[in-house]
Amino acid sequence: MAELARDTLREMQLRMLRIRAFDERASKMVKRGHIPGTVHTSIGQEAQVVGATMALGAGDYMSGNHRSHGHPIGKGSPLGPLMAELVGKATGVCKGKGGSLHLADFAVGSLGESGIVGSSIPIANGAALSSKVLNNGKVALAFFGDGAANQGVLYESMNMAGVWDLPMIFLCENNQYALSTPAHTVTSGIISERAAGFGMPGIRVEEGQDVLAVYDAVSEAVARARAGDGPTLVEVMTYRYNEHSEGLRLGTDYRNAGEREAWLKKDPIVLFRHYLASQGFSDDELDGLQATALAEVDAAVAFSDASPYPDLSVAFDDLYTDKESAA
Amino acid sequence: MTVMSYLGAIGAAQREAMDADERVIIIGEDVEANVYGTTGGGKSRSDKGDFLQRYGKNRIRNTPISEEGIVGAAAGAAMTGLRPIVDLSYSSFLYMAMDQFVNQVAKNRYMFGGQASMPVVFRSAMFYGLNTGAHHSDRPYPMFMNVPGLKIIAPATPADAKGLLRSAVDSDDPILSFEACLLWSAKEDVDENEFWIPLGVARTAREGTDVTVVAISSSVPEAVAAAEELAREGVSVEVIDPRTLVPLDRDAILRSVAKTGRLVVAEPAHRTCGAAAEISALVAEEIFDSLKAPIIRVTAPDMQIPFSPSLEKQMYPTKATIAAAIRRVVDLPALQPVAAAV
Repeated sequence: MAELARDTLREMQLRMLRIRAFDERASKMVKRGHIPGTVHTSIGQEAQVVGATMALGAGDYMSGNHRSHGHPIGKGSPLGPLMAELVGKATGVCKGKGGSLHLADFAVGSLGESGIVGSSIPIANGAALSSKVLNNGKVALAFFGDGAANQGVLYESMNMAGVWDLPMIFLCENNQYALSTPAHTVTSGIISERAAGFGMPGIRVEEGQDVLAVYDAVSEAVARARAGDGPTLVEVMTYRYNEHSEGLRLGTDYRNAGEREAWLKKDPIVLFRHYLASQGFSDDELDGLQATALAEVDAAVAFSDASPYPDLSVAFDDLYTDKESAA
Repeated sequence: MTVMSYLGAIGAAQREAMDADERVIIIGEDVEANVYGTTGGGKSRSDKGDFLQRYGKNRIRNTPISEEGIVGAAAGAAMTGLRPIVDLSYSSFLYMAMDQFVNQVAKNRYMFGGQASMPVVFRSAMFYGLNTGAHHSDRPYPMFMNVPGLKIIAPATPADAKGLLRSAVDSDDPILSFEACLLWSAKEDVDENEFWIPLGVARTAREGTDVTVVAISSSVPEAVAAAEELAREGVSVEVIDPRTLVPLDRDAILRSVAKTGRLVVAEPAHRTCGAAAEISALVAEEIFDSLKAPIIRVTAPDMQIPFSPSLEKQMYPTKATIAAAIRRVVDLPALQPVAAAV
């Protein structure tokens, strides 16, 4: 493992705290009706998100899924336009036309989430193709869950990335459940081992709540991609604390007894805080990161609150590059 | 000017676009070997104009048979700096990639508030009329007309194929090009220099004053032939080819029907919710008072395409069925019983 600068370690914790604070606030806002529709939180999965996004360079690309607030935050997006988008404000990162399920922030290489499971995987693959053809040194990463690992388009994309040696990382966020369905009941074999069928390395990060473990694995895949050595499948074992979506109340208890509690004991933010303390970070400094993240989320909500809802005319913009073509 | 076939004109437009802009690439099944005749000067690697020789494997890429993966990758590539032309060969293969067309290609720019541009062209051949059975004989453009965010061209002549494809490649929006195999061998004089036909501008294939026939794709030459036959009986028929179905040149259609007062719409697609239905509704909504007779659609019936040549040839609009429809709207007696396609 490469020795990381203290600034990088601090930034990792700050970004995990941002994601936690952002999603906890979003969850409350959904329940109070301040955010329309619903949201899917990454609470519990912060190490996996930040370990992966911080292994990417600023100019690199990524595509997300339905549980994707954390991805642009992890890649460095400012929180205000993301929160405004969740609320449906004109200042939202997608002008209020995407919402929680379709966040995208091209400024940080976020090519968009997808509400269709698996559907954004080939988008990242195409970004990797661009990098390859234009020879610009960028890499691309597709985030997808254990549910999407059973979509055919993943394997079409892995095959293309393999045969074309694309600078691509397929990152499976295995949070154990597709809504209420345990992954192992609908998934034959081990997801990361499927890489072998495509002649690419497959890595499983068992300690997916350890941000450094994820960072190391994804950094290796990024280095391989950037060197022209082709794609990698990385499966990260993680856990979602909340329900599939906020406000969802399931009558059945689909989780094993004690399972959630066991995962809570290895909370990624708590784990990393212990590590940082062992590296000489003071309690004040670590408390300060938490306060910073909470203040940033407060500011994001204030930004959203102060923003207007979009004018109706906005609904008729951006279908095509020219407005005349829209009927 | 030089004589070009429809396929040759597509190849010429692709060559021009590849020469003009290094960001243009061609991906698809069998494009390296020029199987469909639009990525080379001939059938041999050594023939002059071979695309693989000329542009190399980086820009001319055979794909696996993975339509969903191909269409999605082309979308992602278009969002990040390339201008792909995707050769999907048969138009019925588009169904394999419906999620990518409908959920990503068409929606990304809008959903992301204009952050994405999608400069990509998806070409496919409508393989109907060639006795290939139901799986290969589709004319699926109307269902894509129902997806806001896609632009759709359906050229009917070599010159239109060349000029429209250049505009399509240069457009920053996603474009589906539906090319009828029945037109592949059509030939005419085409400007060998670069030219662009703007999207959304119809072509008047034949001027007339008594009836407007709006015809699409391979129905265009059938409509022109019907118009020539009717001209000998003193009926003056105007034939309008929209060429672009999205955006549709509404003004050209409305102007013509306002002048003639009669409308026949001919297309090879199914009847329900087809382009002909949309054009008929447009005219009925906008200039109902100009109509001197009911609108008639000449389309394929809402039926799958049978294999046997004796059955298939009756499924699409022909000179005879279009002429019969024209006779009806101008109150001429029918020459003979009209086949089921009307």
